[in-house]
Amino acid sequence: MKEFIEIDKDFKTEPYQINMGPQHPATHGVLNLLLTIDGEIIKKVEPDLGYIHRSIEKMCERDSYQQIVHLTDRMDYLSANINNEAVCLTVEKALQLEIPDRVKVIRTIIGELTRISSHCLWWGVMGMDVGALTTYFYGFRDREMLNDIFEETCGARLTMNYNVPGGLMYDIHPNFVGRVKKFIDHFKTKIPEYDRLLSENVIFQKRTKGVGILSKEDAISFGVSGPVGRASGYSCDVRKYHPYSAFDRVDFNEVLRTEGDTFARYQVRIQELWESLYVVEQLIDNIPEGEYRVKTNAVIKLPKGEFYQKVETARGELGVYIISTGTKNPYRLKFRSPGFSNLSALNHMAVGSKIGDLVAIMATLDLVIPDIDR
Amino acid sequence: MSYFSDIYKGVKTLLTGMSVTGKYFLHSRKGAITQQYPDNRATLKMFDRFRGEVIMPHDDNNQHRCTGCQKCEIACPNGTIEIVWDRGIDEYTGKNKKKIDKFVYHLSMCTMCGLCIDACPTDAIKWGQNFENSVYDRTKLTRVLNKPGSRLAPGVEE
Amino acid sequence: MTSIINSSYFLILSTTAKESLSILEILLIALGYLTFFAVAGLFLVLLERRVAAWFQLRIGPNRVGYQGLLQTMADALKLVSKELTGTIKADKLLYNLAPYFVIITALMSLAVFPFSKQIQAFDINIGIFFLIAVSSIGVIGILLGGWASNNKFALIGAMRSGVQTISYELSVGLSLLTMILITGSLQLSEIVEVQRQGGWLILQGHIPAIIAFMVYMIAGTAETNRAPFDLVEAESELGAGFHTEYSGMKFAYFFLAEFINMFIIASIATTVFFGAWLSPFGITESIPWLGVFWFLAKAMVLVFLMMWFRWTFPRLRVDQLLTLEWKYLLPINLVNIVIMALIVWLNLTIKF
Repeated sequence: MKEFIEIDKDFKTEPYQINMGPQHPATHGVLNLLLTIDGEIIKKVEPDLGYIHRSIEKMCERDSYQQIVHLTDRMDYLSANINNEAVCLTVEKALQLEIPDRVKVIRTIIGELTRISSHCLWWGVMGMDVGALTTYFYGFRDREMLNDIFEETCGARLTMNYNVPGGLMYDIHPNFVGRVKKFIDHFKTKIPEYDRLLSENVIFQKRTKGVGILSKEDAISFGVSGPVGRASGYSCDVRKYHPYSAFDRVDFNEVLRTEGDTFARYQVRIQELWESLYVVEQLIDNIPEGEYRVKTNAVIKLPKGEFYQKVETARGELGVYIISTGTKNPYRLKFRSPGFSNLSALNHMAVGSKIGDLVAIMATLDLVIPDIDR
Repeated sequence: MSYFSDIYKGVKTLLTGMSVTGKYFLHSRKGAITQQYPDNRATLKMFDRFRGEVIMPHDDNNQHRCTGCQKCEIACPNGTIEIVWDRGIDEYTGKNKKKIDKFVYHLSMCTMCGLCIDACPTDAIKWGQNFENSVYDRTKLTRVLNKPGSRLAPGVEE
Repeated sequence: MTSIINSSYFLILSTTAKESLSILEILLIALGYLTFFAVAGLFLVLLERRVAAWFQLRIGPNRVGYQGLLQTMADALKLVSKELTGTIKADKLLYNLAPYFVIITALMSLAVFPFSKQIQAFDINIGIFFLIAVSSIGVIGILLGGWASNNKFALIGAMRSGVQTISYELSVGLSLLTMILITGSLQLSEIVEVQRQGGWLILQGHIPAIIAFMVYMIAGTAETNRAPFDLVEAESELGAGFHTEYSGMKFAYFFLAEFINMFIIASIATTVFFGAWLSPFGITESIPWLGVFWFLAKAMVLVFLMMWFRWTFPRLRVDQLLTLEWKYLLPINLVNIVIMALIVWLNLTIKF
């Protein structure tokens, strides 16, 4: 007690440390940020990871290639379907399987819908982090429609596990096309509302503009990807540069901003909602007929070698790297997760800003902690 | 002068935001998206592909379609399924065949990935739509899916 | 209900025979007030939750009692029965004292409001001054609570609260002062009397009065530490801010005080800008007890406005909070006072 209240005679001020997380509302999970702050101004941010490490990569070495897919649901759970697709694409690449067009198109549609649903949640949470609590419910209202679509076709709302190496687990539900069209019509009226409620709000703009600036050079050297990188002017959309599934046949713009601040990251994601809707609109009427699945062996054995495939999840570039020795399990499997690299830029962006800014920056990084820890 | 136009624009955006929430406030009676869950049990219907739990359908003669091939057990990533099997004379064909004694399903370990159902060659197991799986005793989550006295339906081959 | 009737009876008595109030009578009046506002505070919490739900496409509490009317009663019972926890290295005395500072100052302000012509417990001749003074004592409770609980998040919240209240006290005071220029008196009954003769002050003072009202609403929202100025709690930044380490009834005091403060801010605005218990166009002037209804109705509209703010706007950052006050509200306010003074001097006020 005594040593604690000992008063500094010179009334010196010094930075103090504070633990933000692992149980903190703004860290969106179990991320611990060790902040060194001087009053309200942040001197240093040290992320402390590992609270939700489940050794998914090691578990993958135990599992067969079909079983790996469902583990990736639990990484970045908001773009679960895109994660599944990444593993399936890698395995198919290794097996040199010819995938039917129907599968490619359906995967693309569901992938883009996943991106929209992820961004909807992000928008709600973004508003909540800067203090506008109502956005959360509006975001979730629209996400709910998507979840229903997923539930009807895939059987699950979040951890879908709809992809299997060689195609899809089932064909799309007969109601799928109708429901997606209904959603597109509904959502087109809602994005302007998002803008009116939050994007145009003067308080929100003041909170986000010029905050947490990440230059293009820094973005590249930190390995930042996805909307965070594109807001800094780093053109890094995997869908554009290494088109997978049906992205080579659809028309969409890569959203780029050059400011690199929190508001630019916000705008990129809002604009991506429009682009994703546009992609879905192009494909939803032209789902080709055909098989929904290519028959594979019950026990998939990859040829000896190393295989890599990257996809664009809602957070950025997800890479799957498999080393195979020719057995039914991978020798080593590495996920290059977007959240981990994006988090590494946090200290650089947040130093010198205030606690409130840190929360806004973290919100636009759109961190999903299980994706960082795996 | 930009001082005043800033104020004007600021107030205008604030009022725009308030008009959005205000609109929803006025439509709050029919606009609520809340599902009052335990009250709407009677009308709440899950989608037919919904993954609630693994079930094994039995027909009227208490016959199931599981041949005990154990493909689901191999496909399962979590060790959720255990099949206790035996060999015995099949009534219809008279051959000495593998047959299940117990199809044990540990719901507490299941991640609902669907690989067992995907692997099943005879469609013996299916998704059930029941999602109210909470119990007070963990051992209740370990279930034997084949009913007592049930047997393999005739004509089911791998 | 009986307590309200009792207290109003005594209040009427008090206005007629001021000299002959015994201590027992004073106690009974105080008890009546306390009971009424404890219940009113709980009702406000419920209202907030329902209104928030309607803004957010939800239904809100609707299980306890008819349409959830007893919900906050149940919550209060739960909070009373909860264990009071605290940190080991907290400064025990100040830590325990803080909630009482907040709740007592909140309740003290209620004494001076003219709920109707008869119902006014304490018609002090420096009414407005008293209100401003008392409402700024409340922040001491917040500062104490944040400092004494020995939690860094709480400390940051408390310091923010200090900064915020010092700044926004000015705007609240100055915007009310603008209106005092018309009435020429700080006494609340006098202010109402001026409005009874010449129409509501917001109409009498026209443009400067409307500006003063807007400034007052913004500053008043900041005074109560509610969104978009809830930096003191800022749950996405500081967890719960100054009351992080409080539980049970001590937390409930902070919580209740926030809602009573909201009611107070709305009541001051009602009294100064909207004619307190006066009915619009004097339609119910012949029935004096309806004044209570008009007063509460006007206050509720303003409370609803503050709730609307809260559930729409994002939170400001701490430096922007100060920018808003010192660069926008304060200069506008000062200019506004001068304009108002000119208007009063040149007799340009609108009188009905």
